[in-house]
Amino acid sequence: MPTEILMPALSPTMEEGTLAKWVKQVGDSVAAGDVIAEIETDKATMEVEAVDEGTLGKILVDEGSEGVKVNTPIALLLAEGEDESALESGAGGASRGATASAAEDTSATRESDEKQSAKASEPAGGNAVEDMSARRVPAEGKTHPDPDDAEGALAQEIPEGTEMVSVTVREALRDAMAEEMRRDEMVFVMGEEVAEYQGAYKITQGLLDEFGARRVVDTPITEHGFAGLGVGAAFGGLKPIVEFMTFNFAMQAIDQIINSAAKTLYMAGGQMGCPIVFRGPNGAAARVAAQHSQDYAAWYSHVPGLKVVQPFTAADAKGLLKSAIRDPNPVIFLENEILYGHSFEIPKLDDWTVPIGKARIHRKGTDVTIVSFGIGMTYAVKAAEELAKEGIEAEVIDLRTIRPMDLDTVIRSVKKTNRCVTVEEGFPQSSVGAHIASEIMVRAFDHLDAPVLKVAGKDVPMPYAANLEKLALPSVKEVIDAVKAVTYRD
Amino acid sequence: MAARSRKSGAGAPSTEKGGTAKAGSAHEIVKTLEHFDAPAPAKFSRDEDVRAYRDMLLIRRFEEKAGQLYGMGFIGGFCHLYIGQEAVVVGMQMAMKEGDEVVTGYRDHGHMLATGMEARGVMAELTGRRSGYSKGKGGSMHMFSKEKKFFGGHGIVGAQVPIGTGLAFSNKYNGTDAIAITYFGDGAANQGQVYESFNMASLWKLPVVYVIENNRYAMGTSVSRASAETNFSHRGVSFKIPGFQVDGMDVRAVKAAGDLAAEHCRSGDGPIILEMMTYRYRGHSMSDPAKYRTRDEVQKMRSESDPIEQVKKRLVSDHGMSEDDVKAVDKEVRDVVADAADFAQNDPEPDVSELWTDIYAEAVPQAAE
Ligand SMILES: Cc1ncc(C[n+]2csc(CCOP(=O)(O)OP(=O)(O)O)c2C)c(N)n1
Ligand SMILES: [Mg+2]
Repeated sequence: MPTEILMPALSPTMEEGTLAKWVKQVGDSVAAGDVIAEIETDKATMEVEAVDEGTLGKILVDEGSEGVKVNTPIALLLAEGEDESALESGAGGASRGATASAAEDTSATRESDEKQSAKASEPAGGNAVEDMSARRVPAEGKTHPDPDDAEGALAQEIPEGTEMVSVTVREALRDAMAEEMRRDEMVFVMGEEVAEYQGAYKITQGLLDEFGARRVVDTPITEHGFAGLGVGAAFGGLKPIVEFMTFNFAMQAIDQIINSAAKTLYMAGGQMGCPIVFRGPNGAAARVAAQHSQDYAAWYSHVPGLKVVQPFTAADAKGLLKSAIRDPNPVIFLENEILYGHSFEIPKLDDWTVPIGKARIHRKGTDVTIVSFGIGMTYAVKAAEELAKEGIEAEVIDLRTIRPMDLDTVIRSVKKTNRCVTVEEGFPQSSVGAHIASEIMVRAFDHLDAPVLKVAGKDVPMPYAANLEKLALPSVKEVIDAVKAVTYRD
Repeated sequence: MAARSRKSGAGAPSTEKGGTAKAGSAHEIVKTLEHFDAPAPAKFSRDEDVRAYRDMLLIRRFEEKAGQLYGMGFIGGFCHLYIGQEAVVVGMQMAMKEGDEVVTGYRDHGHMLATGMEARGVMAELTGRRSGYSKGKGGSMHMFSKEKKFFGGHGIVGAQVPIGTGLAFSNKYNGTDAIAITYFGDGAANQGQVYESFNMASLWKLPVVYVIENNRYAMGTSVSRASAETNFSHRGVSFKIPGFQVDGMDVRAVKAAGDLAAEHCRSGDGPIILEMMTYRYRGHSMSDPAKYRTRDEVQKMRSESDPIEQVKKRLVSDHGMSEDDVKAVDKEVRDVVADAADFAQNDPEPDVSELWTDIYAEAVPQAAE
């Protein structure tokens, strides 16, 4: 029976690809290790090597086909002694069955799995505020003006009649850097594999060609060293963009980020600061396990002197990255690998910027406020759609900037809806949601009809196993359940 | 030898002695920092060559299977294959004693198999199943075996280097004669914590062998694009740590270097650096299109320096084994790998309750007085 050659998965997050070229043709003999086809993913063109030997019997997916799903049969391979007549009898059932079920078991998609998430509920304590004596008048910090009189929440950012184009987050980030590098000669980008390799996640694609090796700098694997070097370069008048291959590796460099970049302006009495952008993918990708799956939003948001940005849409990614590069302060710019390939409408403007420190109302609603940011928005938005079908209108706020946080927009919304649910992928303790909940308690206590509930990643290191990883991440269902709890439905 | 980019190895003073380095010659080489020469390759008996062949082939076939399972979606995330570098771990393992520790980075499947960890347990971890070494929670990059003294499996480049140094510290502290074999890559060799470790290890004479697996690339960056001093065996000079380059494609050369290093460490002379000149045939991980090198370069290494082919030839020419004898070993290895793959595909995923276990260790209750 002929063997099916399946569309291979070529990266942790690949779900489909373009079959760019057949290197072998029908009738060609194939040895294990031979390149048989070329496949384009959103990141790269990859060569597909044969794992078995035989003769290419039939091509099932023509070259040039786009959106070929992983594990789709793309060709049939005839074993030694088989001829074309074997093709009629159908493909090797065994291998197909095995791989199809594997795809279900281990796919990297992140849909919620209701049965399982119900079983693995968090063991210790709920989120409800039980002890009212915890309520205190804020003794420190600034007093906040009542935000009711602020500008309309949906302040129009995009001039009317602006043409919109569809762009991936990946392209938006690249364009933002390229535009700022054209605009300001002091801006340069540095990091592992950013130049010749065109970026480990292809965010810096094309920059070396346009700006040359002086401004697009490949570094050795020395995060603490090059982060500190970036700080020094900023002291010296340059405007570095430091790419971390992922933010997990910035833990090697966190001392320079916090002790040197964040505190200098204050320690120097305002004389000199550190205009620098630290950027890269943050949070879980797919199946990359505990050391490579951490969301640092809450970590960096703890630190005075840092600005922390975590966009969701391509328009925000571009506009905020441009603002971050121009900002005279150190900015932590948290991206997400899963979002890189997502397309969004973005305004076609010569100089599109988005202000740091301003949230965006993604969806208007009256019954509950859902606050999220970055990839957390994917759960929030889907949950809001589902809830609308049941007659619950959620207002979804995309924070966009974690620090300084636009709490005015949140408070204004909560005063209208009287309920709030926060959504993020990071750990629950001392989370962004925890901070929002405490601020709402202080500033809108009398407007609350229910405790603020947090939906977050589970309080465990990220597991590798597909079923456990799915449970460790938040789910749409958890957001829906939280909203129903605060609206007292079901 | 194509894997060897530097000339310093030839004409070592101990070459005539060959084989396992005698204490005298070993000390002469490593105690004088002016000498950076590898000992001559060990002479292998038939049994040793058979063992080397089998162990390297097991890694090769295991990794090929892992690559296939990745393509089929059974393995996810990052998966870094060791194909091409097999002689390094197998040769070092042949020089080690029971009780010696091993620690490495994320390209770790070969190291685990070499320490004697079960193919089934490693493969089941790769597929994220409950019988994997970490119950499916660690995956390709994070596996451990207390029993086999394998301390991971680390995803952060360079992090294993101080950890290996700490294992050596505990050996010295406890007065055992165990040594800690600490593997890391040419890319990892530029991390600052490597040099912090070197200094402490030398200062405190810790029994640690730093094995730098120089496979010429760190992801897409060739050694010369990332390193000011590309001879990594010299990286210990300012810490008074001796080192030399070794033909890492020849398992006998690795074994001889390992013997010498073990002897050096065990006799209380402190750390030593072995720079293994090796090569990875596959991309950095499964998602690396490997455009930074030519197919010819890879092909040349495969056809001229393959570590397994070298031994296979010797089995026939030096040890008089027949094609069938060799095929019997191949078959045994294939069966082990097929069985592991089968097991790893059918083993169930971890129970969902496992999400919440192993976060904190239970305190051992103290006996009440
Ligand atoms: C601190 C840190 N930075 C970056 C990475 C991403 N990364 C993983 S492997 C690797 C290349 C390492 O190359 P090398 O040390 O030569 O080992 P090899 O992969 O060749 O075995 C990089 C940059 C990481 N895992 N950890
Ligand atoms: Mg390397």
